Amino acid sequence: MSLMTINLKVWRQKNAESPGKFEDYKLDEVSEHMSFLEMLDVLNENLIKEGKDPVEFDYDCREGICGSCNMVINGRAHGPKHKTAACQLHMRTYNDGDTIVIEPPRAAAFPIIKDLVVDRSAFDRIIEAGGYISVKTGAAPEANLIPVPQEVSNDAFDYATCIGCGGCVAACPNSSAALFTGAKLAHLNSLPQGQPERDKRSIAMVNQMEKEGFGDCSNYAECEAVCPVGISISSIAQMRRDYMKAIF
Amino acid sequence: MPSLIEAFQSQVGRKILTGLTGFLLVFFIIFHLAGNLAIFGDPDAMNSYSQFLHDLGPLLWVARIGLLLIFVIHAYIGISIWLNKRKARPQQYKVYSSKGGPSRQGLSSRSMAFTGVVLLIFVVFHINTFALGDMDTVMIDGRATHDVKTLVIDTFQNPIYAFGYTIVMILLGAHLGHGIWSAFTSLSLRSKKASATIYTIGVVAAVLLAVGFLFIPLYIYFGGGCEAALINCN
Repeated sequence: MSLMTINLKVWRQKNAESPGKFEDYKLDEVSEHMSFLEMLDVLNENLIKEGKDPVEFDYDCREGICGSCNMVINGRAHGPKHKTAACQLHMRTYNDGDTIVIEPPRAAAFPIIKDLVVDRSAFDRIIEAGGYISVKTGAAPEANLIPVPQEVSNDAFDYATCIGCGGCVAACPNSSAALFTGAKLAHLNSLPQGQPERDKRSIAMVNQMEKEGFGDCSNYAECEAVCPVGISISSIAQMRRDYMKAIF
Repeated sequence: MPSLIEAFQSQVGRKILTGLTGFLLVFFIIFHLAGNLAIFGDPDAMNSYSQFLHDLGPLLWVARIGLLLIFVIHAYIGISIWLNKRKARPQQYKVYSSKGGPSRQGLSSRSMAFTGVVLLIFVVFHINTFALGDMDTVMIDGRATHDVKTLVIDTFQNPIYAFGYTIVMILLGAHLGHGIWSAFTSLSLRSKKASATIYTIGVVAAVLLAVGFLFIPLYIYFGGGCEAALINCN
């Protein structure tokens, strides 16, 4: 097992109001088998031992499912690997002596809470605006009662895999949330269960996205490149279609 | 339900309008280039074309006003997107780079606002030079008409115009390199396969259009105008 020395430049910010700055840290004996977050755990252990404030970062599952760990690593959301969340990134990606710059996702709609942790409740409000279907709860209906063609089901599932990490917003030069909103819309709008509220949903979610202060989409497709689950920008095209259908 | 006006002011509506107006502008420049190439045709071809356009009378004004409207909408939305982007990310990254792969980020896409503003300023100068410039009259089919051809040939003897136009046309190519594909995407092209094909077609079309446009000033400058092999003035 080879051990590396890693230099870190980490964004430190006490709270939303205070101005932040980069702090330099040096970590010796980083194992190539560590995940990126485990490397940060080691950094925090060292900081705590030294009586310093540990670096706050979001995580939950550490297996690429929850989408909490969105951070910008050397200028790329979730780091250099495609279809990989920051928690699934391993230190073997880096070499001995590398310097890694870690920043929070930067967007007016994602205010910084502390260090690398940002408030992503703007996404929750986009969902609240229409990212659901209204059904009477109770006994679950028979699953095969509503026929769904295989291709539709496949597409809807691809869009449904969005974990809401906000990597798309972090990477977009315009800080647009079009991929997130597009994925949620394309998921629900393509299934039969989503039809009754389709038009209302398309308009409400698009309006909420703008209200939250996300920028415009300029079709850079950088969002697709950083998305840990590889959501296609075809979802954005679908959103535009659905929005226009809702208007006319 | 928002009204149509409100809908086209939303983020999605604005993007669709950008794509739509962009498309129309591409159609316009294709016709424009076809008109320009008349300089290599019959000695009277370019001035006959100009006479034909002027003979359209009120229709020409409808086209001019329509074109101006399309251009203004396209530029206005483009600039507002650029301004909005600064609001949406007040603090920039210390380090930022593209992840490559499916990303369409590059010199062309990142410089849309710059190339767009250059084109906007260029169009004002361009109209001033060629539409409002001093022109002699020539007789075409027994009727007096503007001698656009001589104006074009005289103008591009000047290296500032010849090379200035060349640079702007390269920037036009850069704008279209991302723009043509982006317009399709804005007008909700979904298929991934088609998207890749259209990106390639868009880049090729952008190069062809830019080269088509910049060939004329350079040819006139280096070829000596009416003495040039391909241009017949008599």
